[in-house]
This record gives sequence, structure tokens and C-alpha cells, in this order.
Amino acid sequence: MEPLTEPVAETLRRGLRGFAAYFRGVMGADAYRKYLEHHEACGHPVAPMTEKQFWRDRMDRQDSDPQGRCC
Amino acid sequence: MGTQPNRNDPESGQAHVLELDPELPPPAVDDAVREAEERRWTPGKIALWAVVSLLGAVAWFMVALVRGETVNAVWFVFAAVCTYLIGYRFYSRVIERYLLKPDDRRATPAEYKADGKDYVRTDRNVLFGHHFAAIAGAGPLVGPIIAAQMGYLPGTIWIIIGVVLAGAVQDYLVMFFSMRRGGRSLGQMAREELGVIGGTAALVATLLIMIIIVAILALVVVNALGESPWGVFSVGMTIPIALFMGVYLRFIRPGKVMEVSIIGFVLLMAAIIGGGMVAGTPWGASFFHLDKTTIAWGIIVYGFIAAILPVWLLLAPRDYLSTFMKIGVIVMLAVAIIVVRPEITVPAFSEFAGRENGPVFSGALFPFLFVTIACGALSGFHALISSGTTPKLVEKERQTRFIGYGGMLMESFVAIMALVAAISIDRGIYFAMNAPIALTGGTVETAAQWVNSLGLSGVNLAPADLAQTAQNVGEPSIVSRSGGAPTLAVGLAHIMQQFIGGTAMMAFWYHFAIMFEALFILTAVDAGTRVARFMLQDSIGNFIPKFKEASWRPGAWLCTAIMVGAWGAVLLMGVTDPLGGINTLFPLFGIANQLLAAIALAVCMAIAAKQGSFKFLWIVGVPLAFAAVVTITASFHKIFSPVPAVGYFANNAAFAKALADGKTSFGTAKTEAAMEAVVRNTMVQGVLSVVFVVLSIIVIITAILATLKAFRDGGGRNHEDAPRPSRVFAPSGLFPTAAERELAAAWAKVPAAKRLDRPGHH
Repeated sequence: MEPLTEPVAETLRRGLRGFAAYFRGVMGADAYRKYLEHHEACGHPVAPMTEKQFWRDRMDRQDSDPQGRCC
Repeated sequence: MGTQPNRNDPESGQAHVLELDPELPPPAVDDAVREAEERRWTPGKIALWAVVSLLGAVAWFMVALVRGETVNAVWFVFAAVCTYLIGYRFYSRVIERYLLKPDDRRATPAEYKADGKDYVRTDRNVLFGHHFAAIAGAGPLVGPIIAAQMGYLPGTIWIIIGVVLAGAVQDYLVMFFSMRRGGRSLGQMAREELGVIGGTAALVATLLIMIIIVAILALVVVNALGESPWGVFSVGMTIPIALFMGVYLRFIRPGKVMEVSIIGFVLLMAAIIGGGMVAGTPWGASFFHLDKTTIAWGIIVYGFIAAILPVWLLLAPRDYLSTFMKIGVIVMLAVAIIVVRPEITVPAFSEFAGRENGPVFSGALFPFLFVTIACGALSGFHALISSGTTPKLVEKERQTRFIGYGGMLMESFVAIMALVAAISIDRGIYFAMNAPIALTGGTVETAAQWVNSLGLSGVNLAPADLAQTAQNVGEPSIVSRSGGAPTLAVGLAHIMQQFIGGTAMMAFWYHFAIMFEALFILTAVDAGTRVARFMLQDSIGNFIPKFKEASWRPGAWLCTAIMVGAWGAVLLMGVTDPLGGINTLFPLFGIANQLLAAIALAVCMAIAAKQGSFKFLWIVGVPLAFAAVVTITASFHKIFSPVPAVGYFANNAAFAKALADGKTSFGTAKTEAAMEAVVRNTMVQGVLSVVFVVLSIIVIITAILATLKAFRDGGGRNHEDAPRPSRVFAPSGLFPTAAERELAAAWAKVPAAKRLDRPGHH
């Protein structure tokens, strides 16, 4: 049994990490990372917003553009 | 594969030509290869679908035809899942191939409008979860429970067949058409496709329908919390928890969404456990023991404040909490039902299936069952979600089938699980919980006596059963806890305690269920009020431009006050209604929701006709016709029925006559003031029904006219954004096909610098 433990633990860890990444995506926790990727891809001359600025901007824009939530 | 001709633009008669980058691999699997793959039936595939069909057939046979003493809940799960799989694999593919014809060579708005904020290409599986969390809420958890009055079979058939042929079709079409239009909202599409009259009617109807939906959702919460100190405390605690999370995310640890959600979840659990302790103390029991009217006022004041506070402080953090709970709860419910496999003793058709004076909701099976279960089978509200946010995040056109159609199948599955939870509890307890207090009398003795007098087969309810259940779930009483949420909570507690914790944990599970339902609903109330306020501001802004400025406080506050006042009035009406608010108002909720579905489908029909897809217009026409017939018939019953329990105006006339005759009590109204309330309420409800149905008929007629015109002209104006070539590739479904894997591998070899999308608007 001993040699099996390592790969099983590894698979399990990978599975859990995958699930956590998926869950983060659904919650929208990775929004800033995606923004940075986009910013870099476009090659904007200006520096990207900092994480704090980004989340502030994101929340404040929702104030004027609310999204419905269903029943 | 250089260039691909696109569909002809009927207006200009010119063919769009997509200039694909020759240095990149193709952004779509070659049509011929894909079709060959779709049409190739390997023995393995044939065996798989034979097993799915066979299992589904057996499950339907067990649920619908075998009349034993009991039926196991697991058959409901199999019947649902197998039907969904067949609907998804075969019917949604027909829609894709013949009606929508997605083209992965075209860039989606997330690609050509990419801004890193609102328009962001999102992995299809993540977006599926995201979209599902946005559409599913308390609706699919409540409607099936109320509809269980008729027995389990009518609701089961409608939820499963309805979603495959109507609900999922609507979500898919709206999402696809909105995506082709850069993520435009349903209202904007209605205006474009149906003209000023149809568009305006659609807008006004949407606004009124939102008010009704928010009001009745709030009524469900009020009914669940009324006279429940534990519930009031733990749900009340969600407000400080959300405020804390908001401040944490804004100032302490910006962007740490998962971290704050986990903290919030732990605090939430503490609030549920703490609620039990607080409600156990004499001061807690008296301080948090609030009657329904007080709670209703609390929610109205809260609703106003929540809608004018900045989003980051209350709405956004509670949304995170709600999403976090939603996914956890649904997975938990599914696992519990499969592990516990409760036996169902409820009959397929109950004694009330053939009558129109049921105690839980009034009206005959047709049409009222089909409006009572809206979310889970066909929900118009989804059209507002499917147009807007999700289409701006879709990576490839073909993914809309998985996200739109598949996402709605998932919601339907939630509705089936809620139905199973509701029918797994004793039928006597079900009726004692869901009938208005005017019938049950409010005490365990009178409630048991009333339930036994109904003559339901196999039901013999002892007062001690009701008292015992109330004690198990930690409530002072469970008699007349109507609205669906408490029944689901008892059902869920009943199932979960067999899974984890036993009877000792029942009170926790009950309040856990009440908590998440309240959380979903309060989030929907906040967001609904905000969306409605913006719609109103926008409409008034057409006459007084200043109102269009979102940052103009007096305008925002005034419009918020109008919206909260409107739903608050309906809510108070429901709470104080001597006839029991849910009984009379819930059908109005369903009618409103499905009229919205009829409006959305009407817009989709006009769009499809203008594309010239006449041969497959029935895909939209069938659900539209069904929704229109059901809702218009239901509205006519509510308006013209001479039976006071069903018709608003008949009831109004009966009470007005009683007042004129000088009576001081009539029917379930015991005082003159209560009688006057009935006269007032029924008039308001009746007028609302008339307004809804008239507006919806206008929208449907304008859509039919637009369709006929398109038929005469062989098509119509195409309002889609101009096609642009795509520079990315992603598979379309949950599992990539062989050809998709091959193409993805080719894309993986392209150097990153070349793969980058070049948004056109910078």
C-alpha cells in the first residue's frame, strides 16, 4: 500500500485545488487577475489599477448599473 | 480555411465576410468535421443513450404509473436527470442546429468588446456556475412546495417536461440573441424588434411584474419569520455580518473574496446556533418575537435603506454570501436525497387536484398549477438575467447551449429536489402548515381537527404530532406557517437529520434552511428594487432628463421610495389579508412571472422570424402559445370567475355586499375593518391582473404582427452587431470532443503574443 499513498494524495490535492480554483471563479474572486491579464494583453501605456483601486471601481460601477438576481 | 461567408444581411443584401487571421489556427472546429462527429454513432454511444433512455423510462413508470403504497424519492431523481440528459443532447441540439446556428468563427462580445471588467471571456464551466447562481434562488424552492397541494405528479411532470420544452428554451434563446447584440437587455431588444408600442408595453409590464415578484418574495420571508424569535435573530444577524464583510473587503483586505466569504459563512453558522440560544432565553424569546406586520415594516424600511446604500457596503457582500450558500446547499440537498432516499407516501393526485378551492392556493389544476410552479419550469425573470450580464462573459457562441439551456436544467433539478423534500413530510403536517390561519385556527388542536375533517386518505393527524414537530425544529408552533419556506425547511431538516446529527440536529437544519431562503430572497429584493429603480429613473428621464443621471441623489431616492412603496403596499396587503396572503397572492406571482416569459418568448419569436427561420419557428411558438394560454386563462379566472375564492372581483363584490347589508363579519374576515381590507385588497389585485394581462397581450400582438410582416417580406431587419472574426478557441460543452481537443492543442502551440485578443474599441 505504501507506494500508492503518494500519487493518491497528490491526485487528491490536485482535485481539491482545481475545485477551489473553480469555486473562486464562480464567486468572481479572480476578477482582478483577469483584469491584469487583459491589461497586459492590450499593451496599454498606462499602469493598471492597483488591486484596491480595481475593486473600488468595480463596486462603484455597480452602483449605477445594478444587476438583477433571480427569485 | 481563410474566409468564411456569413449569413446574408437581409437589409443590405450583402454577405458579411469574416476575414480570419491566416497565421492562427481556425477559431472553430470545421463544420463538416463537427457534424460528422455529432452524427457518428459508435456502439459505446448507442449503449450509453439506450441505458439513459431505459433508466428514464423505468423511473417515469415508477413515479407516474405504479400505484403502490409508497414510491422511493430516488425515482424522481432518475426521471428528472434522464429526461434532462435526453432533452439536452437531442432537443437543445435541434434548436442549435436549425434555429440559432451559432458560429464560433464570430467573436463574442467578451472578445470584441473586451475591457477586463464587464466584458471578460470566462471559462465555460465557471460561467455555468456563475449563471446558475444568478438565476436560481428561492423561487424553485417555494413554488413546487405550494403546488404539492395537488399531489406530486402534476408538479413533477410540469417541472421536468416544462423545462425541456419551455423554460430552458427561453433562457437559451434570450442569452443567444442578447449575445449577438453585444449583451443588450430584454427591454432594449423589445424596443428594437417590436417598435415603440410593443417596447413601451414590455417595459411597463416588466416594471410592474418586478414589483409583484419582489413583494411576494418578501411575503415568503415575512411568513417564515413571523412569531419565530430564532429565525428573526439569525436572519437579522445577516445584516451586521454583511456590513462587516463589506467594510473588510473595502478597507482591510480588498479583493479577498473567498477569505471574506468563509469568514461570513462561519459567522452565519454562529448566528444560527446563537439564534437557538437567544430564543431559549425568556428575554430573547420576547424581544425577537415579532408579529408579521412588524416584520413586514422592517423589511420595507430595510429594503429602502439597502437600495440607497452603496453596493459595496451591503449588496455585494451579501451576494457573495448568498452564492457561497447556494452552491453548498444544493450540493448538500442532492447528496442527502440520494443517500437517504426517503419513501414518499403522498398520492400522485391529491383530493384537491380536481377542485378549485384548495387551502394552500386557490384555483383549478389548469391553469393554476402551471403558474404556481414558475421557477424551475418556466421563469420569465430569467430573461432579465440571461440578457445582460452572462452574454457579456461568454467565450464562444456555441457555449450558450451549455450555459443557457444547461443552466436552466440545473435549476429545474433544484425544483425537483425541493418537491421531494416537501412531499417527504407527513401530508397532515403539510396541510396544517400551509393553510391560512383562518382555516386552521392557529392552535395544534384546531389545526389537527381541521386537517382530519378534510377527509384526506391515510391522514390522521394528532395534535401531539404538530407539537412534537414544532419542538423538534425549535419553533413555538408550525401551524399556518404558509409560504413554502417553512415546509421546505421541515422537509430538509427531516431528510438531513437522517443523514447527519439525528433529531437533535433538526432545529439547526430547520433554521439553516430558513436562513438560506431568507438570504436568497433578501438579495433578490435588494437587487430587484435597484433594477426597478433604474428602470423607473430611465423612463422618467425621457420626460425630465435630469432623472437619467444615476448620481443625482434626489431622483434616485424618489424613485427608490416609489418602488419600495409599491412593493411594500402589496406586501402589507398580503400580510394583513384575512384570506391568508399566500393563498390569494401566490397565483399573481406566478402569473406575473410567466407573463414576463411570454413577453420574452414573443420578442424571441419576432427575432427568429426576422432571421427568416420560419420552418423552425415552432420551437419558440409552442412554449409561447402555452405560456400565453396558461397566463391569460389564469388572469381571466382571476378577473371574471364568479367563485369568490378564485375571482378577485367576485370576492370584492361579495364582501362589498356584506358590508352594505350591515354585516360585521363575513367568511374569514371577523371584523368590519377586516372586511374593508378585503374589499380594498381584492380591488387592487383585480386591477393589477387586468393591467398585466392587457400589457402582455399588447406585447404578444405586436410580436405576432412583426412575425407576420417578416413572413410576408421573407425576413426583416437584423439588429445584430456586425460579425467580427474570432481569435480564440474554446470547446463548447462540458467535455471537449476529439476534434475540439485537437484544435485546442493546435492553439496551445501558438505563441502567447500572437494569441492575444485585440479589442477594437481602445
